Amino acid sequence: MKKSLSWSETIISAVIKTCGYSAIVFVLLIFIFLLREGVPTLAEVSLGNLFSTRWYPIESHFGILPLITGSIIVTLGAMLIAIPFGIGTAVFLSEIAPRWLREILKPLVELLGGLPSVVLGFLGILILSPFLRNIFNLPTGLTALAGALLLGGIAVPTIVSIAEDALDAVPQSYRDAALAIGATKWQTIWRVTLPAARSGVLTALMLGIGRTIGETIAVMMVTGNAPVMAVKLSSIISPVRTMTATIAAEMGEVANGSPYYHVLFFIGLVLFLISLIVNIIASSMVFQSKSRAERILS
Amino acid sequence: MKARTLLDRFMIQRLGISLISLVAFLTIVPIIAVFAYIIGKGAPAISWQFLTAMPESGMRAGGILPAIVGTFYLTIGTAIFSVPLGIAAAIYLAEYASENRLTRLIRIAIINLAGIPSVVYGLFGLGLFVLFLKFGTSILAASLTLSIMTLPVIISASEEALRAVPQAFRTVSISLGGTRWQTIRKIILPQALPGIITGVILGLERAAGETAPILFTGAAFFLPHLPNSPLDATMALPYHLFVISTQVPGMPIQIQYGTALVLIIFVLGMNLIATIIRSRARAKRQW
Repeated sequence: MKKSLSWSETIISAVIKTCGYSAIVFVLLIFIFLLREGVPTLAEVSLGNLFSTRWYPIESHFGILPLITGSIIVTLGAMLIAIPFGIGTAVFLSEIAPRWLREILKPLVELLGGLPSVVLGFLGILILSPFLRNIFNLPTGLTALAGALLLGGIAVPTIVSIAEDALDAVPQSYRDAALAIGATKWQTIWRVTLPAARSGVLTALMLGIGRTIGETIAVMMVTGNAPVMAVKLSSIISPVRTMTATIAAEMGEVANGSPYYHVLFFIGLVLFLISLIVNIIASSMVFQSKSRAERILS
Repeated sequence: MKARTLLDRFMIQRLGISLISLVAFLTIVPIIAVFAYIIGKGAPAISWQFLTAMPESGMRAGGILPAIVGTFYLTIGTAIFSVPLGIAAAIYLAEYASENRLTRLIRIAIINLAGIPSVVYGLFGLGLFVLFLKFGTSILAASLTLSIMTLPVIISASEEALRAVPQAFRTVSISLGGTRWQTIRKIILPQALPGIITGVILGLERAAGETAPILFTGAAFFLPHLPNSPLDATMALPYHLFVISTQVPGMPIQIQYGTALVLIIFVLGMNLIATIIRSRARAKRQW
């Protein structure tokens, strides 16, 4: 059979195969370039300096801890907002809303997901930050809280879309069986449908977190960009600066090959590794649930 | 006693469902408000002159033509690289690959590619395309960077579209003597085309709206003329909106809202086209 394949068939198969591997090649290339430009940091900047609490590159203070805490506080805040609203909306669309309403609302939520984040950042500057400044009586509304609210809004469509798909994929017979043995609709949602869709919902959350940590431009526009340690509760209403925003704001003004340049790539490397971990966890959950389902069925 | 627990259960149910509905309401109303607000504020700024004139007096007057044209070029550039590569990779995954360790590795790589922060793509583009390959800050470097970012969206959507074509189509084609590639090109691809186009547009839509990957690979703060070659830097709508809302003092608010609205129309217009293609194809589908 193999011998009857014509030349063109063989060539096309080879081309397609090569393209098939492209994703692996690109992930590796990205990793290699981040290593190449980021690792020299470890030779140029002492670890004590790198993991200090002062980020002031003009005087060679390259402490990345304020940036890491900035990213953490904004991401945590965003998830506190996005998880209840995201999952709540997904449950509403999949289990409670009538079909016609869902057909209108789900595309609407996904439309928000397609909105460029720079537009949300723009609205954040013009509307959200003055609003927060007035409410909390702050010197500036450009704070971690503004970033968290905006990022929550960015993560919600991702979570709703994927979690709703997962809930929708739960066989109707599960719900029917629960209702038939006398469970209320509410009990069916909490005890049957949501647990059955658990892996998909968790994947949705992980991808939402991934989007939140990696978001750059909107965060840079509204968090005030002050590289201070964000460890107190009041940090949430103070300006902070995230890792992503630092790279975006400062890369343009740096001399190629300088220690400063290498440190920014090093931060990129840290971000890359974080997203790698988050995504591997998310994807292993999908694989796990698949093999679990196969075991149950066999 | 039994009647009471029954009552409690239904009380809880009513409370719970009201709460969930409230949460959904609180999620959806701001979304509508955001769109309504930008349309309402931006529409008065948009005129023929705004869309077709060059910026004047430090971008505080005139139009945004170079930003519109730039985003158009970047989107086309991204498509040139990512569409053939993405569709070929999807064909490999859907039609050639067997479920083994390597295939699983490819899938993990795709998921990771989709999750890499956009600013890290910017760093990578700077390192590889701008500096190492010496393309400079250019449309070419920015398009290549955006292509790699877009790739996972195109691959995933195209693979899904290919897999949705019923197995019987393949079986029949092969049994009639068609080779694997003939089957793919003549039978599977035409059937999956609407799904693939939808995925491609959604991927490009994301590329068109991104700012961080083009920051250091191809975006220009201001250009007095339109770019002449792929090796020129270019203005782009998302970056322009970023610039005029954070970097330029005394920027008329109208121009800012107008730019935001044009960007949204550009991006969501693509989204709308994708949705129309998808629903038309679904209506016409014979399987």
